[in-house]
Amino acid sequence: MAYNYGKDEIKGSVHSLESFGLVDGPGVRFVVFMQGCALRCKYCHNPETWAGGGSMWTARQLFDKVWRFKAYWKSNGGITVSGGEPLLQIPFITEFFKLAKKQNVHTAIDTAGQPFCRDEKWLAGFDELMSLTDLVILDLKEWENDKHTALTGMGNDNIKEMAQYLSDIGKPMWIRHVLVPGLTDDEEDLRKMSEFISSLKTVERVEVLPYHAFGVPSWEKLGLDYQLKDASVPTEEQVAKAEEILKVSSYH
Amino acid sequence: MTRFTQWEGFEGRLWQEEINTRDFIQKNYTPYDGDESFLAGPTEATDKLWGELQRLQKEERQKGGVLDMDTDIVSSLTSHDPGYINDSMKELETVVGLQTDKPLKRAFMPYGGIRMAEQACTTHGYTPSPELHEIFTKYHRTHNDAVFMAYTPEMMKCRHSHVITGLPDTYGRGRIVGDYRRVALYGIDFLIEEKLKDHANCGDGKMTEDIIRQREEIAMQVAALKDMKKMAASYGFDISVPAANAREAVQWLYFGYLSAIKTQNGAAMSVGRIATFLDIYIQRDIDNGTLTEEEAQELIDHLVMKFRMVRFARIPSYNMLFSGDPVWATLEVGGIGMDGRSMVTKSDYRFLHTLENMGPSPEPNLTVLYSSALPDNFKKYAAHISITTSSIQYENDDVMKPVWGDDYSICCCVSATQTGKEMQFFGARANLAKCLTYAINGGVDEMTFEQIGPKSAPITTEYLDYDEVLDKYLFMMDWLAGVYVNALNLIHYMHDKYYYEAAEMALIDTNVRRTFATGIAGFSHVVDSLSAIKYAKVKAIRNDDGYVVDYDVEGDFPRYGNDDDRADDIALWLLKTFLDKIKKYHTYRNSEPSTSILTITSNVVYGKYTGALPDGRKSGEPFSPGANPSYGAEKSGLLASLNSVAKLPYEWALDGISNTQTISPAALGHDDSERKNNLVQVMDGYFDQGAHHLNVNVFGTEKLIDAMEHPEKEEYANFTIRVSGYAVKFINLTRQQQLDVIARTCHKIM
Repeated sequence: MAYNYGKDEIKGSVHSLESFGLVDGPGVRFVVFMQGCALRCKYCHNPETWAGGGSMWTARQLFDKVWRFKAYWKSNGGITVSGGEPLLQIPFITEFFKLAKKQNVHTAIDTAGQPFCRDEKWLAGFDELMSLTDLVILDLKEWENDKHTALTGMGNDNIKEMAQYLSDIGKPMWIRHVLVPGLTDDEEDLRKMSEFISSLKTVERVEVLPYHAFGVPSWEKLGLDYQLKDASVPTEEQVAKAEEILKVSSYH
Repeated sequence: MTRFTQWEGFEGRLWQEEINTRDFIQKNYTPYDGDESFLAGPTEATDKLWGELQRLQKEERQKGGVLDMDTDIVSSLTSHDPGYINDSMKELETVVGLQTDKPLKRAFMPYGGIRMAEQACTTHGYTPSPELHEIFTKYHRTHNDAVFMAYTPEMMKCRHSHVITGLPDTYGRGRIVGDYRRVALYGIDFLIEEKLKDHANCGDGKMTEDIIRQREEIAMQVAALKDMKKMAASYGFDISVPAANAREAVQWLYFGYLSAIKTQNGAAMSVGRIATFLDIYIQRDIDNGTLTEEEAQELIDHLVMKFRMVRFARIPSYNMLFSGDPVWATLEVGGIGMDGRSMVTKSDYRFLHTLENMGPSPEPNLTVLYSSALPDNFKKYAAHISITTSSIQYENDDVMKPVWGDDYSICCCVSATQTGKEMQFFGARANLAKCLTYAINGGVDEMTFEQIGPKSAPITTEYLDYDEVLDKYLFMMDWLAGVYVNALNLIHYMHDKYYYEAAEMALIDTNVRRTFATGIAGFSHVVDSLSAIKYAKVKAIRNDDGYVVDYDVEGDFPRYGNDDDRADDIALWLLKTFLDKIKKYHTYRNSEPSTSILTITSNVVYGKYTGALPDGRKSGEPFSPGANPSYGAEKSGLLASLNSVAKLPYEWALDGISNTQTISPAALGHDDSERKNNLVQVMDGYFDQGAHHLNVNVFGTEKLIDAMEHPEKEEYANFTIRVSGYAVKFINLTRQQQLDVIARTCHKIM
């Protein structure tokens, strides 16, 4: 690393940077992909972010890097922290967002919500981060707890709880759902998810992301067994159906 | 002072006193900041003519790229009878005039080189005239012959090894933009009068070489002006007087341009900045109630149709360099005046709208002179056209205006020139990547092992040392700059002598400013190579004779294209160093030297003749085009790449810094309106940092692959993509170039 800032500063483990994000939040965005995730989603398109590692950045280093792109953001763009799972590195992202908010930059977090818990200390950290976050993009991968466990390795009670919590504190949200035919397109489950989303007060947008197999080479590179080899990309009709159930067009 | 009745209703004085098109424009144009809703669709005549032209283009493709050729008429202003798109549709053409007597028929143009003219014929199965062969070998010398008579052995060697490459010694130099608007505004007789005054006032009576030459050139210009009148008369028009209305203005202007393309087959034959000018005539007629919006659009559509028909007979080696039959009929819209007013008029919209009325097309090379201060509506409309057609390019008016004023044209793919006031000596490229290998191997070519550069001590260590490489590189670059500039001096001397552009120069001020445009090939690879040597360990791999033929890079190093100053600083250093070396040498006719980082599609050919490089690029692989970062180097997405390119100061590369990017529609936003807004934001952010140029393509790789595999599909007939500095029909590229385009970064969703 060429920079040399304060030695004791907290560091974040970053997987990669994407200067040109236009679908992960409003406007033109700089997307920071954090390293590390506890979920093991079968369709994960960047499994290389699961384990530890990544390059270490201080919040200041990262912000200096990101700030070079302010010319592209104008009034609606900004920064999105994605992953991996960003909520595994709350103290670092909090420092990072403090710098961003000082310059009035729009901040978003793209999360699957897995680390959410009611532990007092954890929640205090989360609250502070939320006070610096303008938008949460939350993945709802599956409705039923056991199916969620089968798909990702972990249950989703706390994820639903987090969605409710964000609604309660008035935090704007985008909800995303990855549609894998035969796996996450059960109409009954989608209907339940839709009801739940409707009950939330701060959802600004709901998106159905059609499954794609772009992640397969990453799995192979890591020597992992990709179990969804037979999964197909959803048809336009399947996507439209899911969008209808999730009432996508009623948001926006 | 002359007062023409045709000028009724026009304001201003200076342009009536002297030839001054800019003053006319500034005093009379009507800025427009509304949206595109006023635009009209194609008329029935447009649909019919365009349908016929598409039929002809299809036939042309089926015949291997050439529909018809002349073999026994030397092209001149008066060599051909009038020609029409189709004789039975004559009355539908609101703008007339073809290069030859038939549509898409290629003229025989021997002055640049009889061998090339003949080879172009035989390649396509035509037999050139033996009489003309005799005349142009026995009685008249051509540009190409003269250049090769004068070349030094060293120049020949550099040309052969491709360390200097693409030199305009086998094709016309082009890049001269006549102020074709003058024909419409003043009429030919007034222009002749003014040139005769210049002739009378040329020099003080002492016959120096310069003065003699200038007198001869002005006389040639006057002769060309007289022939323009004859050519127009054959179509039934009297262009001795100014144009009286919009239809005449479009026609007169086109006759000016037609004069250029009947007499010159330059690599680039630009149209120039005509939209705002023509709008003044169109607006006057609309205000008078003599022209409707449909008729106005029809005029522009028909004019553009003519620009889509420009053809030259080319040789295979030319097509290898500049693939897809380009002519760079570059035409600008947009821009902002010196007084801060937007120069966008309704006609700027009308020109972009031709891509909707007649579908995507590589020609004319439509260029938006961009500034974030342009009207929002216009920026969004341009972005919309980019997203739907991938046919336009953007150049930063904010960086060009301080240098060239507010009436410059783009004379080639991306290079600016003051309209009617300048000409350019086009200079192809020095292969700085090959030059680096010469530095390492003591002047010996890394592919042929011939001694090309000055014999000097090669690097003998196993691992390359940055300081040692730099020291030798500076020495070798200095030598290369010298041979290069001198080869160009020689070429342009001969071009002036044997292939003078009388028709174009007749529409340019007599006291012309000349620029001398050199260029760099292999830019990103040199930057990354030096970065690898500096930040990683580069092991030289030598053959049995001890020459370095490959490299082994150990460790990671910063690459150009990631907004990382460690690499980007090397890029700036390289550009400035080369420019300073060029500037040391004498340039022909006191021209002002500049340089460029633009390679057009020739990046493929240049790469083919260049061995392995320390950045890991293998021998023979294509270079990245223009100032683009190397393939695979960009690790942080499009904007980081744009930021790296934006760091290169335009002031150090006044001939242009081209950058070509492809964005997949899905990555650009959720819906059309979002995509449009996002693209505008990307361009605002890029150009506000001082970047010079951007080619924007919006499509996915899948479409390219499908078009490569199924070129016969109707939908791909006009599928246009932007490559470095121009647009081409994708199916007209060689397969190797198609593969190269596909392999380049397509910025898509993560």
